[in-house]
Order: sequence, then C-alpha cells, then structure tokens
Amino acid sequence: MSTTTIDARGAYCPGPLLELIAGLKLIEIGDEIEVLSSDQGSIKDIPEWVAKVGHEIGESAELDGYWSIRIIKAK
Amino acid sequence: MSKRILIVGGGLAGTITANGLCRQLGSQLRTGEVSITMLGATDQHMYQPGLLYVPFGGIRETELFRDQKKVLDRRINFFVDPATKIDVEGNQVETQSGKSFAYDYLVIATGSRIVPDEIPGMAEGAHWFYDLDGARKMRQALEEFDGGKIVVNVNAPHKCPVAPLEITFMLYDHLEKRGLMDKTEITYTYPIGRLHALEPVAHWANAEFDKYGIKYETFFNAKAVNPGAKTIESEEGSTLPYDLLVTIPPHRGAEVIEASELGAGGWVPTDRQTLNHEGSTNVFVVGDTTNIPISKAGSTAHFEADTLIDNLASLVLEGRTARLYDGKVFCFVETGMDTGTYVWFNYETPPNPGPPSKMIHWFKLAYNRLYWLSARGLL
Repeated sequence: MSTTTIDARGAYCPGPLLELIAGLKLIEIGDEIEVLSSDQGSIKDIPEWVAKVGHEIGESAELDGYWSIRIIKAK
Repeated sequence: MSKRILIVGGGLAGTITANGLCRQLGSQLRTGEVSITMLGATDQHMYQPGLLYVPFGGIRETELFRDQKKVLDRRINFFVDPATKIDVEGNQVETQSGKSFAYDYLVIATGSRIVPDEIPGMAEGAHWFYDLDGARKMRQALEEFDGGKIVVNVNAPHKCPVAPLEITFMLYDHLEKRGLMDKTEITYTYPIGRLHALEPVAHWANAEFDKYGIKYETFFNAKAVNPGAKTIESEEGSTLPYDLLVTIPPHRGAEVIEASELGAGGWVPTDRQTLNHEGSTNVFVVGDTTNIPISKAGSTAHFEADTLIDNLASLVLEGRTARLYDGKVFCFVETGMDTGTYVWFNYETPPNPGPPSKMIHWFKLAYNRLYWLSARGLL
C-alpha cells in the first residue's frame, strides 16, 4: 500500500475535502491518502463523505495546530 | 554565456510571466545576456473566462481571441511547438516537431484540461462551457430548451471555482427573461456538503438559491451519465433526471506532465511559496499546473506570475530570489445577468464576499477587455 500526502493546511479553496476527492481519482484501490488540514471542520466532513461513498477511514490524529486524517480507497 | 529562460505553455500564466520578464530584463535582452523562449500549443490566445458568456450569446467569439504573437513582447522567441517531454534532470525540453530546447531556467505553465471522458456517458449526455466547442453546443441546446429539468453538475477537480455558481445564476436570469422559469426546475449539485468550497460563498449562495427556488444536492460526485434515460448518477448513490445537463467536467493537467513523470494527474509538485518544482532550483511552476491546494483560476496564475517574474529576474541579475507567493486569489462572481460581487483571500486571510451590485458586474465587463493588458504584463 502506498501513501500520498495532501497538505491542505491553510487552503480555503478548494479546501481539504475537495483536494481529497480529486486525489482519490489518482490512486489505486487499497492505497492511502493522508490529508493534512488546519480546518477543524475536516474532522467531521471528511469522515462523513468517506462513509457516504464507501471508502475507509484510517488513523487520524490532532498534531500541532492541524489534523492528519488517513483515508484508504476501497472502491 | 547567455542565460536561457524557457517557458513551456502559452496560456495566461506563461504569457504574463514572459512579458513581465521582458519588462524587467530589457537591458539583458538587448545585449544578449538573456534569452526568453516560449513553446505554445497554438498561435491563438484565448480569454477563457469569456466562455461563460458564449452560451447566452453575451460575447462575440472574436472577442475571445488575439494572435499570441501580438500579445507577447516581440523580444520573446515564440514557437507553436508543444512540449512532448520535459527533462528536468537534463535541463532540456523535447517538442512535437522533434526539436530539443536546452534551458538554464524553466517555467512550466502547461495548464489544465477538461476530461469529460473520465465519467462514463458524460461526453455524450452533458453540455459544458469550459471550451469553445462545448460552449457553442450549450448555446444551441439552450436555444432549443423550452422548459424542463436542468441539472448543473460540478465535479472535482475543476478550475475557476465560482463559474459553476455563475452559470447557475445566469441560467436562471436567462430563462426568467425568456419566460421559461415557470416550467423549469434547476438543480445544482456539488461534490462536498455545501454549495461552494468557500464557506462564506456557500452560505451566500444558499440564501440566493432559496430565494430563486433553485434546488440543490450536496455530496454529489458524478459516477455515470445515462444519455438514453437522461439521468445522472452519483458516487454517493443518488440519481437525478434531466432534460438539459450542464456539467463542470473533472480536470487534469497537461499530458506532457504525466508523460514526463512530473506529477500524478498532470499536477506538478510545487513549493507553495517559492513556486519551485519540488527538488529543483531552476525549475518553476505557475498557474493551473501546480499541485498547490488553492483555486485554479486566472487570478491565481496572475499573482503567482507576478511573484515568479520578480524572483526569476532577481535570480538572473543578482543570484537570489526576491519574495514569496502569499497565496493571493481574487475572483469576480457574476450573480446574474446584471449584478456581481467579488471574493479575495490568501494563505492567511479567509474570504469575505461583499453584497452583489451592478457596479461590480460592470467592472467585470470592463475586465473582460482589460484582460489583454494583464496578459501583456501591463496591469
């Protein structure tokens, strides 16, 4: 499994979730994306969308003023 | 020995950069200490934001184009000869004609393109305005439209992030004026859980949509279009019927980027402040081509190019860079056929759009012409 990091810290537009949606189109099933986001809303809206579509949420962590959220492409 | 600056791509980002460098390096160009070469894909320069008006007959097609040679400073060596391979290790670029261009400094400005074929059925069943052919077809479809369900479908990634809202408001105004809104239903779909990536813009659009009776569905990423049944299906499991489907297709970067293994999807990994290609000190990336997580828009290209011009000129003249890009983006937002607003933000400052007015709409119309001064590096 390979991991791609999307550093969306400080990104107002398109923002972390849209960056994630675009990024998932470029990886293989089973591969992982780590999204770095300074927007607290990401810890809610990313898992909400991932569950809706049917991908998997991996480990997430609050770091120094930002969040790391891991998503595994499942379909 | 002459310093060779090579710019790959003749869109807005490459053109502003090339013209701006000419203004800063005039003496060196005259003595031959510096040369600037551009490799473009076409001899025409298109004002892409003008495509928004084409479906409504709101702009003459001739207004969209200028000869690229006339937009460029005459000191630039311009070739219509697209790059086919960019070798950042060997400091050279191969082109369609079989030539090879060596460089000391490289600017990658190859832009983005729509890829409707990535969604099954989209190319056959949908209309769009993100290229001239598509905008012409959408104009024809709109002329023939006499009421029914319109779906405006937005996909990721896409450039000009306010254009989907603009086309929706303009569709409403256009159909209202034709007396068709009483038998038309417009539904706008967006990939995430609100109507626009920018929260304040989404909040504002929500109220406007409710006021006009425009329906919306969020968390909608197109999975397939069925042109026979006239339906569009989402990854999230929703299906919407349509009589006219207007889509913002997903985008990719230029094929040459992937062919050169410079970045997945055609987006080049780029330092968000220095605009250096990650891992290179003499390669810069500007405009839609970067993978920087900000809007792919003309204004982004413009402000990035302003930074790059200063830095490249300083590198050539003094061996150091001048400043960092602060993430500035500025977008006009057409809020109908005769009102508009604007939004700006950077890495540190969140957006805060003001109330729409006729004055801002008129300024946008003026900018449709002032653009050519921007491209020439004068504005």
